[in-house]
Amino acid sequence: MSKKLAIIASKGTLDWAYPPLILASTAAALDYEVEIFFTFYGLQVLRKDVNGLKVSPLGNPGMPMKMPFGPKWFQSINWNIPNAIQGVIPGFESLATVLMKQTIANNGVASIETLRDVCVESGVKIIACQMTVDLFGFEHSDFIDNIEFGGAASFFEFAGESDITLFI
Amino acid sequence: MNFDKELDARGLNCPLPILRTKKTLAELTAGQVLKIVSTDPGSVKDFQAFAKQTGNELLSSTEGGGEFTFFMKKK
Repeated sequence: MSKKLAIIASKGTLDWAYPPLILASTAAALDYEVEIFFTFYGLQVLRKDVNGLKVSPLGNPGMPMKMPFGPKWFQSINWNIPNAIQGVIPGFESLATVLMKQTIANNGVASIETLRDVCVESGVKIIACQMTVDLFGFEHSDFIDNIEFGGAASFFEFAGESDITLFI
Repeated sequence: MNFDKELDARGLNCPLPILRTKKTLAELTAGQVLKIVSTDPGSVKDFQAFAKQTGNELLSSTEGGGEFTFFMKKK
């Protein structure tokens, strides 16, 4: 019998959209049975259009701010911009997101859409939390096909017999 | 070493080499050999782990010129 992995995905930024999708797709490749329960901001990862996913350097001192283009010496500079300045520059998050996406492409890292497609194709079961769908005013038509809608009880039905359970 | 199919995973980063390998192995029949070429240094340990967990046999794992070459026999 195959092992089981249950994940709760609760984050809705570009960077944090990766861990649940990387782990789920890899586990599926290792013949795990996988289920991801997307709740709260995690719902953003299931929207048909994921261009709204952004990365925010604000309040995130662990995030290196480096340029994904230019000569090597230029790319190695860490642009340490204080939060107080980041916070008042209009479009700072959009700029950081553009740079992040370029860095992702430069490093041969898969896009969110690609990883999500692999998950669906390899049989990862995706459940969207109906309560937060209502709370945030989403419609079922906002989300990709091949997902189910349910609540906490449906998560436990699978998680209760899982070998690994992660909250991300 | 003889092989039945080759997968070019150069330039791809984790977890893509493993995901593409899984997909390509599905096109082979039991006993056939897949050659994989990767540039991801993390793939050395990952292919060992993949083989151990899926039962597909890692026949060899070599490194040279910044590239990692694997031969995997389908279960």
